Amino acid sequence: MTSQSAVDMADPTVDAPVLQVANLQTWFYTRAGLVKAVDGVSFSLARGETLAIVGESGCGKSVTSLSLMRLVADPPGRIVGGTVHLGDTDLLRLDEAAMRAVRGNRIAMIFQEPMTSLNPVMTIGRQISESVILHQRLSRAAALERTIEMLRLVGIPEPAQRVKEYPHLLSGGMRQRAMIAMALACNPEVLIADEPTSALDVTIQAQILEVIAKLRRELGTAVILITHDLGVVAETADRVIVMYAGRKVEEASTMDLFVRPMHPYTRGLINSIPRLSLMRGESQAAVTRLQEIPGMVPALSNLPEGCAFAPRCALASDTCRREYPPYEQKQPGQWAACWHSDQIERIDHD
Amino acid sequence: MLALDHTAELEKAGANVSGKRSAALHLIRRYPLGAVGALIILFFVAVAVFAGVITAFDPLTTNSEAALARPGAEHLLGADFMGRDMFARIVYGARTSLMVSVGATALGCLGGVLIGLSSGFFGGWFDLIAQRFIDILQALPLLVLALVMAAALGPSLQNTIVAISIALIPNIARVIRSNTLSLRELPFVEAARAVGMSEIRIALTQVLPNTLAPLIVLATAQLGSAILVESSLAFLGLGVPEPHPSWGRMLSESAADYVRTAPWLVIFPGLAISAVVFGTNLLGDAIRDMLDPRQGT
Repeated sequence: MTSQSAVDMADPTVDAPVLQVANLQTWFYTRAGLVKAVDGVSFSLARGETLAIVGESGCGKSVTSLSLMRLVADPPGRIVGGTVHLGDTDLLRLDEAAMRAVRGNRIAMIFQEPMTSLNPVMTIGRQISESVILHQRLSRAAALERTIEMLRLVGIPEPAQRVKEYPHLLSGGMRQRAMIAMALACNPEVLIADEPTSALDVTIQAQILEVIAKLRRELGTAVILITHDLGVVAETADRVIVMYAGRKVEEASTMDLFVRPMHPYTRGLINSIPRLSLMRGESQAAVTRLQEIPGMVPALSNLPEGCAFAPRCALASDTCRREYPPYEQKQPGQWAACWHSDQIERIDHD
Repeated sequence: MLALDHTAELEKAGANVSGKRSAALHLIRRYPLGAVGALIILFFVAVAVFAGVITAFDPLTTNSEAALARPGAEHLLGADFMGRDMFARIVYGARTSLMVSVGATALGCLGGVLIGLSSGFFGGWFDLIAQRFIDILQALPLLVLALVMAAALGPSLQNTIVAISIALIPNIARVIRSNTLSLRELPFVEAARAVGMSEIRIALTQVLPNTLAPLIVLATAQLGSAILVESSLAFLGLGVPEPHPSWGRMLSESAADYVRTAPWLVIFPGLAISAVVFGTNLLGDAIRDMLDPRQGT
């Protein structure tokens, strides 16, 4: 089964997806050679759904999200193939001016660095209303009103006061809330959150995730959550895509993924989450060393032939090293690209 | 235990400053030299504005009876070889000097910001060409460049302003460009792009306001240089022509022939130039310290 058909079969219970990505390819032409940062990634996103894209650093998740926004720096990056359908529009076929009308309006993004994502010399209100004025042709006063309403929605206290303040007066968590308000001010169909909580401390992380979840429920925005934190995934996502070396290696509902991962890489990721119950020493016998995935992500410019994960995989066989595994359905609603999904249990006992 | 007077420390940091008036007072106490500089500049601005009130003499009327008159009750600062009152000429000369320096600095900033911002933000071939142009301008010292420009444009008040402003461009363009280069990589620029702003809009609304602090510092510093260059041009006969009285030309008219017999013709215009330049330098340093607290004391 090819990745294309996987898209067609993705969750048939929901109506037409808001976002449908097919065979997206974003390649970088660098001095080190051709880097296929995103190589044939497909997925779809239903209204109000939260899709998590997980993987280690350098696996292509951020480039995927930037490709959807068409914000990949060119040169060196280039979207060389695929389609990104937002509703009926293929974003990759739009000219730059038309794409600008989509960005921030129909598809919005929040970034990892709340501390530097706001312009230090502009008031919060000015920055958020700027985007509203840009897309909705509102007057300055009406845009400011909308801004205050958005700030209230993301849980910033005294929003009428805050709009007159400069970003340095806000804490990291408050700034990320302001970023969310800015992203959602035009009521986009899709919100891309690229590691929205990585730069925040744990208590604030939970609050920010709660804000995103609440707005998704209230506004019906579909969310793509880019993260390397499986804890965040478990809390917020409906469905998960696991990426490795620029490709999608597994896709499943969050529950299925955590209960029975079908790709050894996913298994490795889950096993490398520290388990508090074990650490408390409830059962001395159960205290085990925290597992890790041996080795490192291979350089994307120099991928091994066959499965990219084979050099780090306990199940790797000669087939794995020779031929890239087909991406196929392993269970109802769960796809993975692995030759040895049936032997997956072996990993924990090795 | 260290005895620290908390109230005094807080006072020094300006903790209980409220309202515009006490904020100004605090700034004066914090940067006394800057306040002196501002005072000097304000003084000359007032002199330029109220020239007609300050002196009853006309700076252009000649009077052979008063030729080379010593400073005294009649002519406060003496009179030059054509019998023109020196005090009146210095007072009206302030108009010329300030007009030229403010005009040239404003025009130079405009040009420098345009070139620096577009070249730093958009890069590419425009940056390449603009930077070579700036290199060519920068190969010549400020005065020589202004000299070349003034000679090419011919002497007139407007041309002097344009000549000096072109000479000021390279410095400003360089600073704005390097600031823009680092600013455009910051996440808020990417965030503005993600919101759907056009590149020109990002350059003007996101990047430009962030370069204002260094621009203000630079502009105050250039104000003094512009006055000096204007005087030098006038001294060399390429500056603002008659009938506008110019401090630099007053020096050049009298330096060779009268410096021994009538030294007041040289001393007073020289003092006026030094005082204004000194004032702008003091103010410029204070503003730099104010906007960049990491630097200086």
